[in-house]
This record gives sequence, structure tokens and C-alpha cells, in this order.
Amino acid sequence: MSQARDTCQPAPPAAARQEPRLLAAGPDAGWDQHLDTFGPLDADVAAPGLLDALAASGLTGRGGAAFETWRKVTATAESGRKGLFPSRPVLIANGAEGEPLSFKDRTLLTHAPHLVIDGLLTLASALGGASMYVYAPAAGLPRVRQALAGRPGTKRVRVVEAPETFISGESSAVVNMIATGTAVPLDQRRRLSESGLNGRPTLVVNVETLAQVALIARYGAHWFREAGTAADPGTRLVSVSGPAPVRDVVLEVPGGVELSAVLKEAGMDPAPLSAVLVGGYHGRWVRPAAHVLSPVGPVAGTARPGAGVIHALDPNSCGIQATARILTYLANESARQCGPCMFGLPAMASVLNRIAGGERNPRLASELDRLGRLVSGRGACRHPEGTTGLVSSALEVFAADFRAHLAGYCAAPGGVAA
Amino acid sequence: MTTILHIDWTSCDGRGLCTELLPGVLDRDDWGYPVARGKAGRDRTDVPLRDADREAAQEAVFLCPKLALSLQERTGPARESRKPGR
Repeated sequence: MSQARDTCQPAPPAAARQEPRLLAAGPDAGWDQHLDTFGPLDADVAAPGLLDALAASGLTGRGGAAFETWRKVTATAESGRKGLFPSRPVLIANGAEGEPLSFKDRTLLTHAPHLVIDGLLTLASALGGASMYVYAPAAGLPRVRQALAGRPGTKRVRVVEAPETFISGESSAVVNMIATGTAVPLDQRRRLSESGLNGRPTLVVNVETLAQVALIARYGAHWFREAGTAADPGTRLVSVSGPAPVRDVVLEVPGGVELSAVLKEAGMDPAPLSAVLVGGYHGRWVRPAAHVLSPVGPVAGTARPGAGVIHALDPNSCGIQATARILTYLANESARQCGPCMFGLPAMASVLNRIAGGERNPRLASELDRLGRLVSGRGACRHPEGTTGLVSSALEVFAADFRAHLAGYCAAPGGVAA
Repeated sequence: MTTILHIDWTSCDGRGLCTELLPGVLDRDDWGYPVARGKAGRDRTDVPLRDADREAAQEAVFLCPKLALSLQERTGPARESRKPGR
């Protein structure tokens, strides 16, 4: 596998070892530990140079889509200044973690809430005093409220509870929940950066992204790039899980790290693993061999981290059956607003479950493919194409199992006759 | 300058009027919802139109019983794609 890389850059780190940055203040860090570890940060002093620093840092969103953070901020800032009546932007810290296999945002809010709040205050100041919200599930709120109560400049930060649904963290669903109390995606005729909460330019930023912003505001873009690669600078948190006895762990890994190194760091031997789910339920199954974890890079050797989910499939379980279970869940998590998703996803789940159950009908495979192509790109949010992407990766990685199922048996070790 | 037919899927009910008025642009799927012919990805939600179809599209916008359609003028390059990071 060859990688297009800047020649003056070192090769991607072979190990996942990374000096902790985001969680450096230790477990359950309070205000004092936070200040001792990171030093003070005056949001208003740091704000003027922040956009340039973010652009130089190359920071991308850590919530899934991996847009360049500075572009998102710039778009929001510019549309706030546009028009006859400039309107104050809205900044929302997004801690909703609907991905069932994701727990890094919860971990960050529990152990480093002050770093997230630093990022929120600094970015709001850089946006000319944006209205601030923290949106997080019930479990993360006590620590957030406690952290907000104990520090200056946070009186105006509003805290909103995110429901525990898969799509509650989709950015327009976040805005909708704050505006109306319903966390389902909105039709986006205009982008949120132009017209979001109450028609104001709105920026929804993942909580880890905000914590990274707080570090860049303190130590600069050059420091940020000391970890990771030129194409994928800095570090990211990943939620790693696998078959028992593997424990769920949150790791901070450098950009461009090798997937196998992350698995080893989490206490797994990559060799016997048949497949790893990278990026969550809207991500892809990959074979662990020689993949680099990065939002950019050639399709063949790159696994896109998405929301930072890495889940190893139990070597004794069947990938087709696992994917059928996930697809059933995703179909049930449809907001049921958009026809193609409301009808198409359950139809896909039904077909894949028939395949998983060993129904010997050669037309099921082409029907699954047809439905996936039919729903893609047709919805207020990306739930249809995210779901389709996962299914198509399963058909690729588990091609042998797929053929076995269509022939009436399950080839997985320990698999029962389907 | 391209004219875009935007489909608000949260409003669309699959009544099919638009597919009658724009048979060359929109097909119907298994459940009656419009599918942009020969388009992929988000171009099936923001459907680029040919000039010849603008008038019929305008009519579809006015007549859609669910008010699910709108026309937009898109200048310059297409919006940067907002694909999830995959």
C-alpha cells in the first residue's frame, strides 16, 4: 500500500502511543486540576487570532463529517455580517452521542468539561459574542452544569438535554431540539451557517472539536501539528470496543495512525480478527490489515474515523448477521419524516435479515443493492446514504459469508447452519 | 447559473403530481416518492434542471399539494458537498 504523503513528513506513527492531550488533567478534573495542567485561557484575548490558528492547524471536526473547522466558523461569521441587519450567531457544543458504539464524548464531558467550555467561550468570542449552548445527553449534564457553575463568563451558556436517539446529534436535529423540543432533522433549504436557530447563523460543533480548539487557542497550530501527519494533523479520541474480554476504552491517537496499532493499544491481537467496524453505524467494515485511520486518503488503505468508533467483530460471529442487526436498528431509528428512509430502510433491513436467516433466493442480493441505491441522497439528513454505505461495505468484506448464506449455510466459525 | 429543484422530504408525501408534470426529470420509486432520473447523491434532493424544464418545474412548485418543492438559483460552483466523512 503506498500513501500519497508530503515528502518532508515522517511516516505515520506505527504505534498508537500518544502523550495525552485532551485528558491530560486526569480523571474527573475540576477547575484547579484544569488550570494546573493547561494554564489559564482568556477567551477574549485568544479570540482575535483564533481563526488564523485554526486554519493553520488543519483541525477537522471530530463529530463525524470531518469538515475543516475554520471553514465552518468562517462561513458562520460571514453570514452573520451579511444582510441589512447583522445577526448574532449561535454556537452549540454538540455532545449528543447517538452512536451505540461511541462513548468518547461522554468520557470527555465527564473528565474534561472545562476544556470543552474553554473552546466554547473562545469560539463564541471569535464569532463576535455568539449565543452559547451545550447540548448533551442526560448522563453528561451533571458534570457540565457543575463545571459551568464554578467559573466566570458562563452565565449565558444554556444547557439542553439531548435525547438518546441515533439521529439526535445530526446538526439540524440539534437546532430543531433546541428550538422546538423535537430532535429530528430539518429540511435544509439553506445551510445552518446561513439560517439556523431562530433564523440566525448557527454553528454546531462536536465537544471534542471544541476541546481541540481550546488547546490550539493556548498552544498554537504548530504545537497541534506536532502530533499526527500532514494530511491528518493532531490527535483524536476513539471509542474502541471488541469481543469479550476486551474492555471498552477511549484512546487518544495521533492522526494517520495505523488501525492495527490502535487495536493493539486497546489490548487486542489484530491477527485473528475478521473485520473491524470503523466510523460507527454510518461507517464501514474493513479488514484490519494495513489500514490507516484518517478522514482523507486513498479509499483502499484508509479507514475514515467518522465519529471515532472502532469496533472489532468477534471472530466467532457472522458479519452478515451482525450487519443485519445493525441495519434493523438503523431502520428503526429513522425519524420517519422522509418517505425514502421511512420505507426504504425497513425494506433493506427485511431483505438483509432474510439473507442472514439463510433464505436461498439469489434475487435478494440484487434487491438489497437496488434498494440501497434507491434511497441514497434522498432525505433531509444523510441517514439513508450512511446506512447504505455500511451495508455495501459489509457485502464487500463479508462477500464469502454472503455467498454462503445465499447458498443456505453460514460459514462463520461457530456459526450455525442458517 | 443553474436552477435547482429542491425537494423537502420532510413535507413530501409521494402524491406524484410533480412526476406527472416533469416526467423526464422525475420518476417514482416503489412507494410513489419522486426520484430524479440519472442523478446521484444529493443531486436527488437538490435536482439541477435544464432550462427547458424550468416552466414545468415552476408549475410543480405551485401545484404540489404538500408545498414540498422550491426552486433555487445556484450561482458559480455547486455547494461544497456535505458528505459525511467516509
